[in-house]
Amino acid sequence: MRFTVDGAPIEATPRPGQVLRTLLRENDHFAVKMGCDAGDCGACTVLVDGTPFHSCIYPAHRLEGAVVTTAAGLGTVEHPHPVQQQFVDAAGFQCGFCTAGMVVTASTLTEGDDLAVKLKGNLCRCTGYRSIGDAICGVTNTTSSSEAGTSTKAPAGMRVVTGSEPYTLDLATTSLLHLAVLGSPHSHARILSISYERALALEGVHAVLTHQDSPDVLFSTARHEERTDDPDDTRVLDPVLRFQGQRVAAVVADTVAIAQLALDLIEVAYEVLPAVFDPEEARAPGAPLLHGEKGPESRIGEAQRNVLAQLHGEMGSVTEGLAVAHATVTGTWTTPRVSHVALETHATRGWLDASGRLVLRTSSQVPYLVRDEICHIFDLPTEQVRVFTARVGGGFGGKQEILTEDLVTLAVLKTGRAVQYEFSREDEFTIAPTRHPSRVTVTLGATADGVLTAMHVDEVLDTGAYGNHGIGVMFHGVGESLSVYRCANKRVDAESVYTNNLPSGAFRGYGLGQVIFAVESAMDDLARALHLDPFELRRRNVIVPGDPIVVTEADEEHDMLYGSYGLDQCLDLVESALGDETGPDGWLVGQGMALAMIASMPPRGHFAETVITVADEGFFELAVGTAEFGNGTTTVHTQLAATALGVPASQIRIVQSDTDSGTYDTGAFGSAGVVVAGKAVFAAATALAAQIAASGPVVGLSATGRHDGTPRSIAFNVHGFRVAVDPLSGEVRILQSVQAVDAGTVMNPEQLRGQVEGGTAQAIGSALYEELRVVDGTVTTRALREYHIPQFADVPHTRVLFADTHDDLGPLGAKSMSEAPYNPVAPALANAIRDALGVRPYDLPMSRDRLWRLAQPPLN
Amino acid sequence: MDLITVRELRVPRTRDDLVFAPGERPLGGGTWLYSEPQPGLVGLVDLMALGWPPLTVTDDGLEIAATCTLAQLLAFDAPAEWTAWPLVEKCVNSLLASFKIFNLATVGGNICTSLPAGSLTALLVGLGGTAQLWGAPDRSVKVVDFVTGDRTNVLAHGEVLRSLHIPLASLTARTGFRRIALSPLGRTGTLVTGRATTQGVVVGITGGTLRPHEGLDGLDGLDGLDHRRVDDWFTDAHGSADWRRAMTLRFITEIVEELS
Repeated sequence: MRFTVDGAPIEATPRPGQVLRTLLRENDHFAVKMGCDAGDCGACTVLVDGTPFHSCIYPAHRLEGAVVTTAAGLGTVEHPHPVQQQFVDAAGFQCGFCTAGMVVTASTLTEGDDLAVKLKGNLCRCTGYRSIGDAICGVTNTTSSSEAGTSTKAPAGMRVVTGSEPYTLDLATTSLLHLAVLGSPHSHARILSISYERALALEGVHAVLTHQDSPDVLFSTARHEERTDDPDDTRVLDPVLRFQGQRVAAVVADTVAIAQLALDLIEVAYEVLPAVFDPEEARAPGAPLLHGEKGPESRIGEAQRNVLAQLHGEMGSVTEGLAVAHATVTGTWTTPRVSHVALETHATRGWLDASGRLVLRTSSQVPYLVRDEICHIFDLPTEQVRVFTARVGGGFGGKQEILTEDLVTLAVLKTGRAVQYEFSREDEFTIAPTRHPSRVTVTLGATADGVLTAMHVDEVLDTGAYGNHGIGVMFHGVGESLSVYRCANKRVDAESVYTNNLPSGAFRGYGLGQVIFAVESAMDDLARALHLDPFELRRRNVIVPGDPIVVTEADEEHDMLYGSYGLDQCLDLVESALGDETGPDGWLVGQGMALAMIASMPPRGHFAETVITVADEGFFELAVGTAEFGNGTTTVHTQLAATALGVPASQIRIVQSDTDSGTYDTGAFGSAGVVVAGKAVFAAATALAAQIAASGPVVGLSATGRHDGTPRSIAFNVHGFRVAVDPLSGEVRILQSVQAVDAGTVMNPEQLRGQVEGGTAQAIGSALYEELRVVDGTVTTRALREYHIPQFADVPHTRVLFADTHDDLGPLGAKSMSEAPYNPVAPALANAIRDALGVRPYDLPMSRDRLWRLAQPPLN
Repeated sequence: MDLITVRELRVPRTRDDLVFAPGERPLGGGTWLYSEPQPGLVGLVDLMALGWPPLTVTDDGLEIAATCTLAQLLAFDAPAEWTAWPLVEKCVNSLLASFKIFNLATVGGNICTSLPAGSLTALLVGLGGTAQLWGAPDRSVKVVDFVTGDRTNVLAHGEVLRSLHIPLASLTARTGFRRIALSPLGRTGTLVTGRATTQGVVVGITGGTLRPHEGLDGLDGLDGLDHRRVDDWFTDAHGSADWRRAMTLRFITEIVEELS
């Protein structure tokens, strides 16, 4: 069969049942991405004879004589299609993984098209769509300036929009093997025997890996600067299975199809064990134990009670605080499992280089931490392992984990061959860690003047079968959510509990969002009880410079400082921006707000080292360890270096996220990219500028900058909504959405606006639509069509306002702002819905069926 | 996605070539078949090269080939007297799928997939459509009876849905349409159609129930629709059973009032 792709002829014989997407990628046309492989997300959109299709569901046998155009054929970096130029000028992307498909789709649109309808088959998880709409409409949001403080374009922009920026798997590797995993059919079981001779005998199969091949090393998939932050409770392959889908065995074969077909030939005998799915039942006496056999070396809080971690602390006396209160409120709020849905799934390609060194190219936020843990698990010296990332297609915390790298390492070491393991979208929903589901009870007391006298938070987190991030999420969750309020009597009871559900992990906000949803909802109830304006109640109780920043222990956050303070401005900005829009006849209108505070970087050290060198032809090479996954740090690093050196950004070449660069970075999490790595970049570039002033721009001249992540500052977000709710259907229409943020000096206004809009959109998804449904350990929402992430149509315009502050600690006065915009959104929306309906929603998502039920008059 | 268990793919040009070995299935546009793993599927027989004319206007109505794509259906220039035709666009746009899918997906494929939210099923039920099946022997069955449950229908192995027929009286009728999902453009939670006839308003229900239903409604509300027969409201990620039922009953009331 012959057809052409982007002008080049292809002669191929597609396999029966093959789709165009895989045929294109097998022929090294990497502009088509795999976001879902099911026709839902649009990342693989191509034109066939001028008509747009999702190539992942286009039968390849129909291509005889066809003319196929991908984003790379639409235009090139040198000669972009007009719509590609528009996406660059508008900053219409963040991670960019959806962009190639988005651009191809946009190229077919005509004036007057309803973008909400036309783009419902193009999902973007990063932007919140406003900038995509701008791009299609030809709005320019960027400048040609390189200065910090201006909306400089992302350096990779033109490559992203033309499909030529390589992501994790976008490179040709000869004789590549593929890995497929047999998942456990049981929620809790012990493997009695595995027989895989038939699988191994299948032509094209190179190896079958079982727990007998696994290093007997316990680790955690979660990665932090300190490996002891997470429990050692996981093996590469474990003879005990603790959730459905957990790895039982892996097949390494010539193709993905052969590897998957071979899985059916593996025979496993299981001893099925009792399982527990509810954290309350799991921590009750007599519950089946998940990790009961593990000792203190695993750092599990109370393995005999399925409790991974707990915190019970009190400052003052909550009992006395409630006794003297004029008004008290209490309630219990729940949040479900939420999936990150980064458009690029987890994936690793590994191989041995010419010197026999292990190389892993992976979709990770933390390449250095992955390297260190791979060395720990496989007992390899640091210099024998190189881990690097290309541009990463979204993360949101989900890629602060080792989910594919360990198995690829095992397969490479076993076969000596290059091996790839790519998660399917179904894998993302069924075995990748999710946001922690929570149940939070909050009790508040206050005087008649609205001064808090008592705060009590009681939280239970379902950490799932493994404790990755289950400790940190719990401690962080009850941190800034409570320390933002000045109150003499505070008590926290929190537990993170193992169950036989799929593991929970790190998700944007890292536990804060769950607790803030409860606390800010309770604060709204308190304002009602006291007949106080909710903004005014906040003003009377939030910490102001000079107040200690405490949860319950006076010296618990000893390195957290007021580098700047803009919460007062944020409250004022949102309050004055909220208007008086009304909804359709018969709909109920309401208004709500909530606030959030977040530390500007993670606790206990976050390290970054950067090196900037004078290269040839007027270029500067900037080596940074942190990864770019849509957070925009690369743009800001370029601006910081260009500003310090007084040169245009086009003269800065960034080498990043590669352990071979030698510039250590803890990683791209905890919103650290600007305030830690960025500060190191600015220090290095400033030092180099001084050297150049002294000796001229001698090629090879270089300077190093470092930052150790302490002391930390605090950043603030306030969100306000006006909504209309149809009591007859439960439909919510967002009439107005406004968020004010205190990010210190704004490094790149358009990127910051994009982060706030993207965080808001993701949070609207969590608040109104998203729920990973799990029934007795079985995930029932296994595809994007069953798990609704926001489409263009779902996301209202959010007005983004900046507080005017300058931070003493951050680079050029900047603070972090990438997780934080997510945190106040759900409670602000819940408070607006409460205001409209007269009934409070306690459970997320606030779906139409739930709100309709809430709006029903009581039966009696 | 690649269908890894498929070992054979045939593209017949005539009806005589339309034979199915065990484990083989007919392939329309492919947008659903290729969107999920299909365990046990060993062969595909592609119907798209059989050359069936997509849309044929007959004396007594419209014949839609099973292989007619949704894009072809939307592009059809319907006679002005077909007052029901706007229902086509409303139903097609009720699909979760994007317009790019419409370029490939077929009317027959949507009905044969037999999902509760199949809005081409909704369209054909709403317009009293009939399915023509090729088999031994050929037979016809009302579309409301064709779909028997969530992803189940009356097709026997070896039978092929050849076409759908909509009677002229339906095409020239006044119609009503209501639909809701958990999000503005999400997968249908419930979809209700109404068609004014001399006997009263014929109501069609899909999306909220496992299988489609139709009923004749009188002027005085819901009496005509036998609610005892509608007992298959269901809960999934696209809505709870109680909400679906309540929305459906509300929509029926609105449509009957509108058309009466």
